[in-house]
Amino acid sequence: MEKFLRDATEFMPILLQGVGLTILVTLGSLVLSTLLGLLWAMMRVSGIRVLSWTSACLINLIRGIPIIVLLFYLYFVMPDFGITLTALQAAILGLGIAYSAYQAENFRAGIEAIDKGQIEAAQTIGMGWWLTMRRVILPQAVRIVLPPYGNVMIMMLKDSSQASTITVAELALQGKLIASSTFKNTSVFTLVALMYLTMSIPLILLVRHFEKKAGKG
Amino acid sequence: MIELRDVHKSFGKIEVLKGITASVAKSEVVCIVGPSGSGKSTILRCVNGLESYEAGDVWVEGTRVERQTSSIHAIRTKVSMVFQRFNLFPHRTALENVIEGPIHVKREPRREAIARGHELLAKVGLAEKATAFPAQLSGGQQQRVAIARALAMQPSAILFDEPTSALDPELVGDVLSVMRKLAEDGMTMLVVTHEMGFAREVADRVLFIDGGIVVEQGTAKSLLSQPQHPRTQDFLRRVLHPL
Repeated sequence: MEKFLRDATEFMPILLQGVGLTILVTLGSLVLSTLLGLLWAMMRVSGIRVLSWTSACLINLIRGIPIIVLLFYLYFVMPDFGITLTALQAAILGLGIAYSAYQAENFRAGIEAIDKGQIEAAQTIGMGWWLTMRRVILPQAVRIVLPPYGNVMIMMLKDSSQASTITVAELALQGKLIASSTFKNTSVFTLVALMYLTMSIPLILLVRHFEKKAGKG
Repeated sequence: MIELRDVHKSFGKIEVLKGITASVAKSEVVCIVGPSGSGKSTILRCVNGLESYEAGDVWVEGTRVERQTSSIHAIRTKVSMVFQRFNLFPHRTALENVIEGPIHVKREPRREAIARGHELLAKVGLAEKATAFPAQLSGGQQQRVAIARALAMQPSAILFDEPTSALDPELVGDVLSVMRKLAEDGMTMLVVTHEMGFAREVADRVLFIDGGIVVEQGTAKSLLSQPQHPRTQDFLRRVLHPL
């Protein structure tokens, strides 16, 4: 235990640098996946066939490709097409795109869970599609969508570790580097695990809060 | 004001409206009665474009109702609708429900809309419930808020789709008396209802619909007291004397 604490104080500063990048990757891809997911979901429920079909295809395409392959594609293949991204950009873009499919399905489920009578009531006071979405459907859908959204946040935080495969020096990669140079695997990876856990706990509590709120109806 | 000419409507292979011709004049109250599944609600829904129709014409104040055109939004602000299940916006208070259309659709100044919203809530007897959410209101109160919401659009006519069918019996009276007041004020109303007492007292005319056609129509008194068609007679006997 004493040894572990000594290792901890020694490695903590380096690992914390990794935490900064982990948070950056998670937040960046969270924002991107939310925006894209909202866009896919809107296209899906637009009632315009071309849009909903395009969106369905995109979602399935994205869902069918592992995140790690998507990351490799963005980081190693895109330069062949003249698009060179930094590792951080590729990580945020890759995770953002990958998770947009799950976000979209989550948002769609929330939108479709709203009673059709709400849409009709909005229409009968003269609201068009967009106004109905903005004033009536989305505010109600948010409550339904938030708990699963919180879960996606937790998954994204953990999956940000996949960015290590394309050289983003986030928490997991920093840990691996320290471990391979010091051979203190136990201390290092226990620390890494604890740090992920520490970041997850507030999110887990947030999900519980959302669930309680949604449960109240 | 509202005119239907030989309107046909099918859901898949089932033809629900088989040529409906009817009209509602300004300030007239017309009740539609008839058995379940006869197409009563569908008629209302065709009038404000919630449903499309395949043949015939529906006119509202001289504009043909077509679901897929941009004119439909304007028509819907002219003919409001009150639903069986109220369909209030659950995330907004009673007052917010009422002012939603005026502020966001008609773009009225907020202060005016709020002032009139309070007036309308008072008119339906719910002045003190302005800040209540729908979930905190009884069915009858919710329906009266829905009526206030419809009135807030300053419509030329209001469509009522079985407004009291989802209510506990003791709450029906409050809603009907609000509707009666509207009728006395000269509001044009097309009402699908099972409340024969209301139809008899308030309606100028009653249409009896069965199997997607207008079987019989006439003044409320004559149709409800001396129905001519055997199907009307049979229906009224069952409704008025269920035992």
